[in-house]
Amino acid sequence: MPKYLLSVYGPAERNQFGDYPDKESMLQAFADTGAFNDKLVADGYFVFADGLEQATTATVVDGRGEQPVITDGPYLEAKEHLGGFWIIEAPDLDVALRLAAEGSKACRGKVEVRPFQTEESFKALLEP
Amino acid sequence: MTRLDPTRLDPVEEAITRAHREEWARVVATLTRRLGDLGAAEDAAADAFATAVERWPHDGVPPNPGGWLTTTATRKAIDRLRRELRRDEKHQEAALLHDDDPPLDRGAVEDDRLRLVFTCCHPALSPEARVALTLRMVGGLTMPQIARAFLVPEATMGQRLTRAKAKIRAAHVPYRVPTAQDLPARLDAVLTVLFLVFNEGYLATGGDTEPVRADLTAEAIRLTRLVRELLPDDSGEVTGLLALMLLTEARRPARVSSTGELVTLGEQDRSRWDSELVDEGHHLVRERLAAVAAGGPPPGRYQLLAAINAVHTAARDARDTDWSQVVTLYDRLVRVDPSPLVALDRAIAVAELDGPDVALALVDRLPLAGHHAFHVTRAELLRRLGRRAEAREAYDRALALTANTAETAYLARRRSQLD
Repeated sequence: MPKYLLSVYGPAERNQFGDYPDKESMLQAFADTGAFNDKLVADGYFVFADGLEQATTATVVDGRGEQPVITDGPYLEAKEHLGGFWIIEAPDLDVALRLAAEGSKACRGKVEVRPFQTEESFKALLEP
Repeated sequence: MTRLDPTRLDPVEEAITRAHREEWARVVATLTRRLGDLGAAEDAAADAFATAVERWPHDGVPPNPGGWLTTTATRKAIDRLRRELRRDEKHQEAALLHDDDPPLDRGAVEDDRLRLVFTCCHPALSPEARVALTLRMVGGLTMPQIARAFLVPEATMGQRLTRAKAKIRAAHVPYRVPTAQDLPARLDAVLTVLFLVFNEGYLATGGDTEPVRADLTAEAIRLTRLVRELLPDDSGEVTGLLALMLLTEARRPARVSSTGELVTLGEQDRSRWDSELVDEGHHLVRERLAAVAAGGPPPGRYQLLAAINAVHTAARDARDTDWSQVVTLYDRLVRVDPSPLVALDRAIAVAELDGPDVALALVDRLPLAGHHAFHVTRAELLRRLGRRAEAREAYDRALALTANTAETAYLARRRSQLD
């Protein structure tokens, strides 16, 4: 079955309530997201999900040279960064979009839906 | 040797043209279901039509052109697949397609065409891609034709189509009529695409295109008829859109003067309108009025626009137009669609009822400075109010923003009258 990455973006630096205006809305979003995750598991869509630490905690490593070069900070300079994600299995994009809408409502963020490569699309890359 | 018989050639060409118009979408739709891939289906359909062009003049037109084309397209697809498989020995015998689908059930094929429409108009695709894909896959227009229609270079249009097909494949956009829950929103997206195609035809963009593109308006009407034929029209909006298109298309013969100028509704020679289309449009509007009166859902945007056009086309002379009816309908439309462009059209009707000063006050409040229609309306209202200098300025702005040759000619003349 096709897999999709559902990404949620947020500010590079978070306030004391994550990306939320106050403590109550943060707790409510956590609870709603937890309930949504449970539903994904129960319905058989769930592969993996988690939230990330804020982007300022990221480190970029370039190992292409002789010595790896290590740089502080996220790969892209941007106002918003990946804050968390789901990996789901869904039969098609319509199902993935419907789940993304539910997830977006639960976590109070926009969700980007991106398909994973399949064995088929990978094979197409190897064709002349 | 085949004797060249000129009386035989034309009917064959005609049969091929007709088959292309009538069967292209069916062939692509059936092949998409069989192959599970829109791009492969498109290639196979194109191969089949190329074979028809080659063979029919010699072999004659087959008794069932649609069946012949579908079978040929399936064979062509299998040939392509075999060639690809040969390149990849490991998968030689794997997943070879079968040519023994059950005999074509007309109902199933219609479902396929509907699936095709919904896939091409999927909200995950950009609006430009939806229009282009629908014209290619459902309408059977070639990529260069579509590029010309939307005034983009062929390379750009080719890339747009390729990218859209790649997304459909990679993201697994389903080939399916949406669930009942999603259907109203998805149908709305389909109607938007069809209306865009129609409008592009009716006021074509571009310095060296025809001002009205009958091929695009005809295609939009044909596809809307198809959707209406295939789907239950619970909201009545499909019927509304069809009526709107017919009542607009009916005026096409009177829309551009012999000197290539746009002719406004008020100045058109109404005897040149296509009365058959007017009758059909009126019939559809009456059908919707009866359905609403019988407790059906309230009319949406397209039904209201169709009703407004029905009022216009019911007047034998522009002076007989029932403007209060038009304004009443616009009042309802504003509630359904509160966009400033609708408010602008309403103001034009208000000018006829309450005078240009009242209308101008309404127009000046609208945030439409980037739209040529806004400046055209202001120019005409200012002209009627005798404010010539301001009117000239408004014509200049309108001229700078219009990309339609006939409209440019019309506006330039109107402006020159004020010099």
